[in-house]
Amino acid sequence: MNETLYIGDYCLLRNGEMILNGESVFSDSGGSFTDFAKAAYHHFALSYPKFFKMDKLSKLAFLAASQLVNEGSNTALVFANRSASLDTDRVYQESILDKAAYYPSPSVFVYTLPNICLGEISIKYKLYAENSFFVFERFPAAFFPSYVQALLHAGKADEVLCGWVELLGEEYEALVYRVGKTGGPEHTEENLNRMI
Amino acid sequence: MSFILDFNCFTPLGADLAATVDGLQAGRSGIGRFDDLVTGPYYAARFMQQVSSEAGLSRLETMLIHALEPVMRRHPLQGRCLLLVSTTKGNIAALNQGAEAAMLSTMAQRVADYFGFSETPWVISNACVSGILAVAVAKRMVDAGTYDQVYVVAGDEVTEFVLSGFAGFQALASGPCRPYDKLRDGVTLGEASAAMLISKEAGAFRVAGEGAVNDANHISGPSRTGEGLYRSMRIALDEAGLAGPELDYISAHGTATEYNDEMEAIAFDRLGLNMVPLNSLKGYFGHTLGASGLLEAVVALESARRGRLYASLGFETSGVSKEIHVLRETRDAAIRYLMKTASGFGGCNTAVIFEQVK
Repeated sequence: MNETLYIGDYCLLRNGEMILNGESVFSDSGGSFTDFAKAAYHHFALSYPKFFKMDKLSKLAFLAASQLVNEGSNTALVFANRSASLDTDRVYQESILDKAAYYPSPSVFVYTLPNICLGEISIKYKLYAENSFFVFERFPAAFFPSYVQALLHAGKADEVLCGWVELLGEEYEALVYRVGKTGGPEHTEENLNRMI
Repeated sequence: MSFILDFNCFTPLGADLAATVDGLQAGRSGIGRFDDLVTGPYYAARFMQQVSSEAGLSRLETMLIHALEPVMRRHPLQGRCLLLVSTTKGNIAALNQGAEAAMLSTMAQRVADYFGFSETPWVISNACVSGILAVAVAKRMVDAGTYDQVYVVAGDEVTEFVLSGFAGFQALASGPCRPYDKLRDGVTLGEASAAMLISKEAGAFRVAGEGAVNDANHISGPSRTGEGLYRSMRIALDEAGLAGPELDYISAHGTATEYNDEMEAIAFDRLGLNMVPLNSLKGYFGHTLGASGLLEAVVALESARRGRLYASLGFETSGVSKEIHVLRETRDAAIRYLMKTASGFGGCNTAVIFEQVK
């Protein structure tokens, strides 16, 4: 009953570089993450102004996913990271530290949930499908094959977009990839460890 | 097939499930008035006694342990076991000590170590559907044969972080929240923890179906057509082999914001669920965020076990545009099929259907 699943297209984003299926497709190192994200947005002509309202975690997840998602497909999003939304949580916390200058901003607060980045991807690419966001101390190479197998076995999606989207301060790393019944290497712990 | 072997909760209404549901039976609410926030007085369901902290553990970790401990005692680790922890904000109260102090994986690992789990726990943090989505995830892992037993535990606290955020949204209610009522004016926050054991071994309840679909509409507002919730329920009903109206009870989300409750009513109406008795338990527990889905499912199962449907506290006159059957009074009922629903920021929705099998 456990069908073999395969890793399809994948996108790796770190150190100011975007790598698609093993090839460097964009780089702009030296600046901050926000500068890099803006440059990548323009490079890929994403023309989606809402991008600039997103927090850093959403920008990271969105940039990587934008290279891989099929609009309107029954693609489940299974994402994970280490720091949840703590990068934005810290920004929000700053706004309520000073009782005399208390300014809890709704537009920041809404991003203090890690799954918001999945909502952003779902809105842009019209994915009426499942979203789930998990948190692990380190890249969970065993979790992804195990959970995706069960999710597809349950018949809840045609395809899955998996993502490791870690961001805290200026440290960031994303590996987003497609999993389906056809594709490249088998979706195994060993192959995932090799990719990251 | 996946069964529910055991369940429990730890809430401001009671230190365990029996005490909590006795509280519902007596019509008690955990909600009180507080005045320790810069933005002004507010209502919330908080623990009035100090949560006795275990050595080296945070208050929330202690809450999680209190909910899970009786379940672990009655059903010790056996076979391949997974701990699935669900929360939205975890130890966010410790953020002023640095990001490391608020890491969700650290919190989950402490709970796993306390009970002696050998595998790394999974944390699911998916806004307000976290707790019930965790049940769907657990069911899939058992059905796929990967785990024999999945222990799900969920918890969230009332913190200044979250209170101020909801206050900033102008989303806090002026009194105890009033789900689906004409006079509803916002959310009342709450804190609690809950636990459930999902297993391949036969138990009194089974998970009959589940679905989780995003609205693909807006990150902080529900869909006007209830699209994601409608689709989630449709998928869950199909899996359970039900049309919908034969459900005996719906434990709905009912946050008491204008838009959420209206969206739910539209989604229920689209599926012809207008006559199915439903309640929101937020009038008793407040909105316990990532704990709410699991807490309310646990209480719903106990409700089914006792054969009682509890009044939707705070509801008097319908304030939604579609006809739905909100419970005004607590009464007896035979419950075979029940559905738990939840919706949250990011446009997420989840529906899980349980069947009482004995």
